[in-house]
Amino acid sequence: MEARNIDVKSEISCQHLYKSFPGMDGNVTEVLKDVNLSVAKNEFLVILGPGQCGKTTLLNIMAGLDSSDSGEILLNDVPVSGPNPNLGLVFQRMALMPWKTVMGNVSMGLKFRGVSKKEREEKARYFINLVGLSGFEKSYPYQLSGGMKQRVGIARAYCSDPEVLLMDEPFGALDAQTRYMMEEEILRIWEKAKRTVVFVTNNIEEAIYLGDRIVLLSRCPATVKAVYPIDLARPRQFTDSRFLEVRQKIADNTDLAL
Amino acid sequence: MATRIVAAPGKIRSKNNSLVWLSAASLVVFFIIWYGLVESGIISKALLSPPAEVLTTFISKFSNRAPDGATLGAHFKTSLTLALTGYITAVVVGAPLGLLMGWYKKVDSIVKPIFEVIRPIPPIAWIPLAILWFGIGLPAKAFIIWLSAFVPSVINSYAGIKLTEPVLINMSRTFGATNWETFLRVGVPSALAMVFTGLRLSLSSAWMTLVAAELLAATEGLGYMIQMGRTLARPDVIIVGMLTIGLTGAAMAFILERFEGKLAPWRRS
Repeated sequence: MEARNIDVKSEISCQHLYKSFPGMDGNVTEVLKDVNLSVAKNEFLVILGPGQCGKTTLLNIMAGLDSSDSGEILLNDVPVSGPNPNLGLVFQRMALMPWKTVMGNVSMGLKFRGVSKKEREEKARYFINLVGLSGFEKSYPYQLSGGMKQRVGIARAYCSDPEVLLMDEPFGALDAQTRYMMEEEILRIWEKAKRTVVFVTNNIEEAIYLGDRIVLLSRCPATVKAVYPIDLARPRQFTDSRFLEVRQKIADNTDLAL
Repeated sequence: MATRIVAAPGKIRSKNNSLVWLSAASLVVFFIIWYGLVESGIISKALLSPPAEVLTTFISKFSNRAPDGATLGAHFKTSLTLALTGYITAVVVGAPLGLLMGWYKKVDSIVKPIFEVIRPIPPIAWIPLAILWFGIGLPAKAFIIWLSAFVPSVINSYAGIKLTEPVLINMSRTFGATNWETFLRVGVPSALAMVFTGLRLSLSSAWMTLVAAELLAATEGLGYMIQMGRTLARPDVIIVGMLTIGLTGAAMAFILERFEGKLAPWRRS
């Protein structure tokens, strides 16, 4: 465990996580190796790592969708043993239900929890408005652009009112232009409705633009290589000299193709 | 975006119009060749009736019982009742069974061995056994039709729900949905397109088997009418029966498609 921020209660933490998968050739592939990290309340933590390094596996374990071979996830000091309404997930591939409207998709989590229709639509409308999609409540996903779809994904995760939002390369499938816009948007949304965020990416600029802290993972098996607090004021500029300094420092420590 | 929409409809309509003309022209050519072959004597009138005679027979059969013992309406009603009885009962059992088999491994393990053996048996191979069990009334034929419609509806529903996106299943799990809730709210809707493919295939399969069943054992129905046309050497009656079968099959497929459009508006893209 990192010995920092002792005064701030960590909201979610990973303790000595190990995970391996049986490979096709019969060998066992080690994916996670002693991963330790802790995220403070309302912190925006970015996990940065190369492709195929086990970031998604780590996030799925944190979300309770997958289990680790050993080690545990603590949410407010209680071990996570399965999907938990306090953990909201935003998926890389949007994962919207094509047969549901924006309203239906956003309010879906509340429906599973048996919230009344009136209450869940009211709540969903609030978050649809927050992500800037007012007026699109009745649209189907096929009628939306990639950026709009991911706004729906974010609103959906928010709508169940989780304490922690886990985001798995949410902008990975977007074109560069939309991606910059969504990076600004996610910060705007987060400033307005603060949650603890764990944001996974393989994009170093995105990581520095967004994160309060960056956790750098090594190539497979993934383990925490370094932790970088980013104390640049927001909104950050990609061309700012201090931004580039941080970028250089992190880049020197990675084997990412940069 | 607005300009694109304003510019488009005229163009699309004129293109659609020319396509409609093409279809009409192809039908006209078809009838001319048919007419020519018969009138020129290349094909004897005893073997193939000219189009006009078929039309006359078609119209007269609405009220005329001769020569096969019942009006076209009566034959049609018998066949349709039979087909729909077999089809609807097959689909009501088959589609849910396929969905459950595709989602729950236990159901799959129980049903699959039996299903896999029954599946390759052509439905008409059941006819002798069906007659032995049920006689030659409606139940025997409905049973054959049931079998022929059952198989495609199971297979396609099964394949459809197997294709459910794992990420959608995970998403519903993060919201704390139970496996049954996920099945109902994620698996079933995402399989719907394939379920409908199954319903369409089942329908054509049921309709085809119907004629086979009626050819062998019936006292009324479109298949029976065709059979009588052969016995009485009346090609016009045969063709009227065949056309009725073709048109009804096309109409049912069309209705089913409309129904799918109503049920699944998100697939209009």
